[in-house]
Amino acid sequence: MQRIGDAPRTRRLLIGLAVALSALFLLLPLIAIFAQAFTEGIDVFWNNLSDEYTLAAIGLTLLVTALTIPVNLVFGVFLAWLVTRFEFPGRRLLQTLIDIPFAVSPVVAGLIYLLLYGSSGWVGSWLDGYDIQLMFAWPGIVLVTIFVTCPFVARELIPLMQAQGSREEEAAVTLGASGWTIFRRVTLPNIKWALLYGVILTNARAVGEFGAVSVVSGSIRGETNTLPLHVELLYQDYNTVGAFTAAALLALIALFTLAAKAGLEWRATRREQFR
Amino acid sequence: MSMIATLTGTASKRVLPGFGLSLGITLLFVSLVLLLPMTSLVGQLAGLSLAEYWAIITEERVVASYMITIGAAAVAAIVNALFGLLMAWVLVRYEFPGKRLLDALMDLPFALPTAVAGITLATMYSSSGFMGKLLAPLGFEIAYTWVGIALAMAFTSIPFVVRTVQPVLEDLPQEIDEAALTLGASDALAFRRVILPHLWPALVTGTGLAFVRSLGEFGAVIFIAGNMPYETEITALMIFVKLQEYDYVGASAIASVVLAVSLALLLALNLWQGRFIRRLHGGKG
Repeated sequence: MQRIGDAPRTRRLLIGLAVALSALFLLLPLIAIFAQAFTEGIDVFWNNLSDEYTLAAIGLTLLVTALTIPVNLVFGVFLAWLVTRFEFPGRRLLQTLIDIPFAVSPVVAGLIYLLLYGSSGWVGSWLDGYDIQLMFAWPGIVLVTIFVTCPFVARELIPLMQAQGSREEEAAVTLGASGWTIFRRVTLPNIKWALLYGVILTNARAVGEFGAVSVVSGSIRGETNTLPLHVELLYQDYNTVGAFTAAALLALIALFTLAAKAGLEWRATRREQFR
Repeated sequence: MSMIATLTGTASKRVLPGFGLSLGITLLFVSLVLLLPMTSLVGQLAGLSLAEYWAIITEERVVASYMITIGAAAVAAIVNALFGLLMAWVLVRYEFPGKRLLDALMDLPFALPTAVAGITLATMYSSSGFMGKLLAPLGFEIAYTWVGIALAMAFTSIPFVVRTVQPVLEDLPQEIDEAALTLGASDALAFRRVILPHLWPALVTGTGLAFVRSLGEFGAVIFIAGNMPYETEITALMIFVKLQEYDYVGASAIASVVLAVSLALLLALNLWQGRFIRRLHGGKG
């Protein structure tokens, strides 16, 4: 079978170009992060990592991520169940609305939360009366992170659940299963890998969000400084090695995300072949 | 056909449990997390007269930032259209060692935090950095110029075109190639006249998404931009600067422009895509 672009010369040229450009624009920056982090040796790397403020930043980032993931997981599953299992007016609109966080600039996302929950906003001033401050504190960081990452789980689940249809669940209903049993025993086994990937994407973005978080954080060292903000702070302090040490940690999470995606895709194609 | 669809549709509504619960939770979440914060922007702007609003959003320095942002985002999107098309083609059509690794690498810009990308590119392309030293003798300055902004925007939006074109290319039947080539078309002609029209909707969608993302990009850009007023200051930074000066009204006015443009572009892309799909399916679907 003859195909377009199969001539050996075209093939070699295109593959060569693709590999060279990817190496220059993707691989090289990735290598540069780790090279910069280790320029002054492994001891300095460990020193930078065990710095009091770096550890505090890691702790805050973990807290924010740990609170964001369950919220968006529950929301994503309910939304996917709603739009793939039922027909109702406004279904399309709901699917469009959920994409808003992808279109909104991170700075604008931070701004709208600051306006609402800041001390001059109507919710913020009301909370102020009870001495609750959300902005320039960790709850604000959690709120904007939930906003920025809320589409990921639903976006992974909706196409899959749409393709699978609801026949299996309907069969379970006729056999007398309750809603929770249907979800746990029928739906969940079918969607667990997509769900896991949605969580991994949520995690990657939650850990790395910068623009929205920097608007609402106030960047107080050791208090409201997340890991990406800490990277910026060190970089502005001309502590390049320190900045890249924190950056290397974030890059490791990114590499884990890529590996997880490749692994799950490999699993999916292998299962198709055995079917 | 449509009657059966309606029947099964209403049947599933009755049969499966959880409609009320999932509708309630979803609407509560969408209202609280997505819509309520957006209303605060409207509230903030309601105090402004139209003339005041116009004055803020057309201030000279702000207009300069629009030009820089739009120009750099357009360049980034076009570069990504070409690069994405090449990558999608190579990853779908050819087999070679390291292909899976290359495929995985395409998602790096989405997985890597934007601030990390920002400081890395700024360090690499500054005059003391590895790439900067290489390019300086040739007369290319990238960091702290307009080119650096476009570079950072292009980096963060690489996956859009690759990942939208790839599945479409995978679904093209082999017979298309064969038909074109047996009729005597050259590779280039067959690609342009036979393959490209099929990829067009995906290519435009991917490029459009890359453009929208670049318009709002902040973390990756500010480190390499230099942030000189009138020259290398992007609109997202203008909003950020106004916020740090506690000028919430000014920040909101500029943000409303950015928000309106991004949402309008997203809506236009959706509508255009929908029309294209309808045309492909002969007016149905």
